[in-house]
Amino acid sequence: MELKRVVVTGLGALTPLGNTVSAYWDGLINGVSGAAPITHFDASKFKTQFACEVKGFDPHEFMDRKEARKVDPFVQYAIASTDEAVKDAGLEFDKLDRNRIGVIWGAGIGGLTTFTEEIANFTRGDGTPRFNPFFIPKMLIDIAPGHISMRYGLHGPNFSAVSACASATNAMIDAFNYIRLGKADVIITGGSEATVNEAGIGGFNAMHALSTRNDDPKTASRPFDKDRDGFVSGEGSGAIILESLEHALARGAKIYAEVAGGGMSADAHHITASHPEGLGAKLAMKMAVEDAGLQYSDIDYINLHGTSTPVGDISEPKAIIGLFGEHAYRLNLSSTKSMTGHLLGAAGAVESIASILSVKNDIVPPTINHFTDDPEIDNNLNFTFNKAQKRVVNAALSNTFGFGGHNATVIVKKYQA
Amino acid sequence: MSDIASRVKAIIVEKLGVDEAEVTPEASFTNDLGADSLDTVELIMEFEKEFNVAIPDDQAENISTVGQAISYLETNVK
Repeated sequence: MELKRVVVTGLGALTPLGNTVSAYWDGLINGVSGAAPITHFDASKFKTQFACEVKGFDPHEFMDRKEARKVDPFVQYAIASTDEAVKDAGLEFDKLDRNRIGVIWGAGIGGLTTFTEEIANFTRGDGTPRFNPFFIPKMLIDIAPGHISMRYGLHGPNFSAVSACASATNAMIDAFNYIRLGKADVIITGGSEATVNEAGIGGFNAMHALSTRNDDPKTASRPFDKDRDGFVSGEGSGAIILESLEHALARGAKIYAEVAGGGMSADAHHITASHPEGLGAKLAMKMAVEDAGLQYSDIDYINLHGTSTPVGDISEPKAIIGLFGEHAYRLNLSSTKSMTGHLLGAAGAVESIASILSVKNDIVPPTINHFTDDPEIDNNLNFTFNKAQKRVVNAALSNTFGFGGHNATVIVKKYQA
Repeated sequence: MSDIASRVKAIIVEKLGVDEAEVTPEASFTNDLGADSLDTVELIMEFEKEFNVAIPDDQAENISTVGQAISYLETNVK
């Protein structure tokens, strides 16, 4: 059977750089950092006291008080970004076959705030269980796509992909494949995460995974810099409307870009550390390029996983050089986590949006906060340090890697009829 | 209105997101005030917390209106 072509017809974003896609993109191309002291809780006893929080978000703009109370922040974020994407795509569900429209969403952790509050309530008591009846349905990762389906009355495929920080990319590749195979006409994909809380910061601190540059939060996320000292926690959501080309054309939708291919692999190496030579990363990128039917030289931009951790930032460039050879030096590379922080399970969503807009606008967002080259990293690569660069971006590749050794890579390209 | 009645009504307004005017003694949580089964469980738990009582499940099953809640609590809260 012939696979269907899949295009991007709508975007939504709620990020540490701004609460809409346009605010997010403006922040990206202007090299703005979303980091600031933590406001969601008292972090004075924590090793890390800053994060890339979503700012000025009011869930009541999107749902009534009763509804907002019954969902964890990661679902509130999901709904906000989905509303924007649905509107952007001009989807009028009443005129469409709701059985052919699905939601495949990513989150790495899910309702950690809810979990923390409920367990704290229990342990403060005398041992009598008084769990809130919404505890479990607030916490579950898959409740995000569930709520989105209920909001719009969508009966197509509906589930979450979970692969830690690769989750949203896995979700997007699944959505792409289901549409390609003709199992759905439209799928709302993306991811959300809301773990800037005591357990999230404390847990990652215990792993020594977070930057502790408390005296200068805005320069803390510095991927590929010699003095990087860990990632910066981010939060938020990205929503992407994927649609079969024929369906998009039939309803006269605007098309941002075409999804070209996806690749997935496992390092099979270590629970948290990436393979030192980036073997899994290399395999995922290779599979994606082959799936897209492209040559390595067709790729212009790679949105890197690049979290600003000492180890992880070394293996990814090695994988790229190993796979792309000489073309690696003609690519623009950047880690937008230098600005957004690390949105964990939502990273793949907001970073795919960065890649899609890069393809649409022919601008590559920068890797900010570069001060000192790291001798362990080949700095002949173009990491797009500190300032956005204009170049024709025909195809962009987005990498995400998750604890557990999961690697997921997606490629988007300019849509040509 | 008794103190208990006004506290019960305040909890219902807060948890179910309804107008105070709708919270009449005859109003049923599920049929009139838009509660589902989980909301009802949560309401009972809130009453227990607010009034420091334990409402056994077999008693809770008989509390489905605002008036029933008030009268149960007026009888059982010391």
